[in-house]
Amino acid sequence: MVSIIVFTILFLFTIIFFGWNVLKVRKNILLGKDLNRSDNKAKRIKTMLLVAFGQKKMFQNILPAVFHFFIYAAFVITSVELLEIVVDGLFGSHRYFAHTLGGVYVFIVSTIEILSVLAFIATLVFLARRNLLKIPRFHMDEMTGWPKLDGNIILYLEILLIVCIFTMNGADEVLLNKGSSHADVEGATFGFAVTSYLGPLIFGGFDVQTLEIFERIGWWGHIVMVFSFLNYLPYSKHFHILLAFPNTYYSNLNEKGQLSNLSNVKKEVENMFDPNFDPYAAPAEGEVVDPEKFGAKDVQDLTWKNLMDAYTCTECGRCSSACPANQTGKKLSPRKIMMDTRDRLVEVGNNRRKHGDDYDDGKSLLGDFITQEEIWACTSCNACVQECPVNIDPLSIIIDLRRYLVMEESKVPGELATMLTNIENNGAPWQFSPSDRANWINEE
Amino acid sequence: MSNSISVPTVADMVAKGESPEILFWVGCAGSFDDRAKKITKAIVKILNNCKVKFAVLGQEESCTGDPAKRAGNEFSFMMQAMQNIQLLNGYEIKKIVTACPHCFNTLKNEYPELGGNYDVIHHTQLINSLMREGRLKIEGGSFKGKKITFHDPCYLGRANNEYEAPREILNKLDSELVEMKRCKTKGLCCGAGGAQMFKEAEKGRKEINIERTEEALEKAPNYIATGCPFCNTMMTDGVKHFEKESQTAVLDVAELIANAAEL
Repeated sequence: MVSIIVFTILFLFTIIFFGWNVLKVRKNILLGKDLNRSDNKAKRIKTMLLVAFGQKKMFQNILPAVFHFFIYAAFVITSVELLEIVVDGLFGSHRYFAHTLGGVYVFIVSTIEILSVLAFIATLVFLARRNLLKIPRFHMDEMTGWPKLDGNIILYLEILLIVCIFTMNGADEVLLNKGSSHADVEGATFGFAVTSYLGPLIFGGFDVQTLEIFERIGWWGHIVMVFSFLNYLPYSKHFHILLAFPNTYYSNLNEKGQLSNLSNVKKEVENMFDPNFDPYAAPAEGEVVDPEKFGAKDVQDLTWKNLMDAYTCTECGRCSSACPANQTGKKLSPRKIMMDTRDRLVEVGNNRRKHGDDYDDGKSLLGDFITQEEIWACTSCNACVQECPVNIDPLSIIIDLRRYLVMEESKVPGELATMLTNIENNGAPWQFSPSDRANWINEE
Repeated sequence: MSNSISVPTVADMVAKGESPEILFWVGCAGSFDDRAKKITKAIVKILNNCKVKFAVLGQEESCTGDPAKRAGNEFSFMMQAMQNIQLLNGYEIKKIVTACPHCFNTLKNEYPELGGNYDVIHHTQLINSLMREGRLKIEGGSFKGKKITFHDPCYLGRANNEYEAPREILNKLDSELVEMKRCKTKGLCCGAGGAQMFKEAEKGRKEINIERTEEALEKAPNYIATGCPFCNTMMTDGVKHFEKESQTAVLDVAELIANAAEL
């Protein structure tokens, strides 16, 4: 009875705290500007199924993709066992599904066990890759301190989680062998693929009392780990396991080369071309005067999709290792752009909660987090966008920051200022007269 | 033979009561840059040879606004775009071919929302369809046994998903087409995009074009083929940097084809 109460309290706390955090993230994402991504539902679902569910882009790099898939698949299918733990925890039953599902139960748990072994191996491989092998993308400047620790914490948690599953099932198997399991099943073995062998091997020598303690440690350890993991997610890069799905659903479906056209600039230029336009006219009644700035200085100036991208990023660094600027030693790292955007968004969200919606801490994404040197190093080649396994678009953030610098602050590298003047004066980025444009026809 | 090219302007054609089948958008590089002008001429020779009824805008053409947009100046871009669209719509242009992937991308993807709807193709796509239709025939002779590697322009490849047209053409040259380690979707930028062409690079270990040319030269090709005037400049500079001009030439796909077709 005590355990039911303890479990119920833990369970409710987990759900409420996680829900509260999810709402916080949602609210932060919605600080972004409007962007219509409600079109083309069929294509969006297809993209989500291929890219998030099927991990299509991960499989361009086969080895990490396979290991990542083990963890992903184990994670998805373990949720069945999780459901059982919740039912058992709330109602005081033991292996509730064993009785109700019968043979299917053995199959499901066996699958979980096999995948857990594979996930265990994958986790060790990932820990080695991250810490022992000198894979450059795990050792860039932005991957020190918390991001590095975050990457390792989750892997250690996974190992603990898997150890707990096998302790739980292994001890219970031996208990059943001895006729002392609380599970309502026929026979002297569960017949699970791994623990029917591993259980007796490890726990064979213990007495019933000790085995029951092991079984409980495994059971509680497992569920406490899951509850902690769930509530760790919103504070970690690992939120991608949930956001990968909506983020790919809301992917940009246009050609990658297409940048957005700024509607407020379009309107101003149309007015310039309109001989009947009166710049001093008062706005017509009901007309909303748009005080929007040009481009982005801070996170609220980006679109909600940019902000969702930032929360979805799991800092794998495939973008940065494909970035031509980064690879030739420039300061730009598309991954850092995403991490900065997320860190700033969290900060802005916290400020608003603490000090009210109008609070200004005098900081901004551009300047305090991302420097001009970084954004001017971009060649807009779309390699980062192409590489991202969950369809994040760092380029659109870079362009929006450039837009703010150029149009609001007139801060533009000298040579580019010349180029821009040339375009405005002669319709070409170089200083040639428009009347010479067709000279090539008659040249030798 | 360059004297024999025929380049009508749209204005001339319209004055005669005709209209072009396709507009050849030459672009700023193709009009003003001495190296790129040769690519422009190669394309004209191909168009002339295939009797394509094309025209250019001549002095009326103006920058699409791509470098301004990528440099963050949406105003300059919008001014260019609106003037160009007004001109193109006034001439009732339906189809455009261009030798610059940046013009290609802007005309094709960014103009429609502003009222400029055209069927826009890159010159490698046009050449490829002319060859498929049998209107353009080449003898592989002069390139037989030569090694060619194709550098994917970002704005043709990743930006617009066209990887095959240039390769299909190059395969007809009877030469050996070798791929660099980073090619197609993984292709490394030449370093010129996003308005970088017009400024010095930020501080770093290496210039991007050096990194890319190094990769191309690892294959010891006779030709580095490109489909973009800016890539061409960057790769040419890279080859010069490594003093390999005598072994490796940087040519546009159009130049290779015009050469093979003996135009």
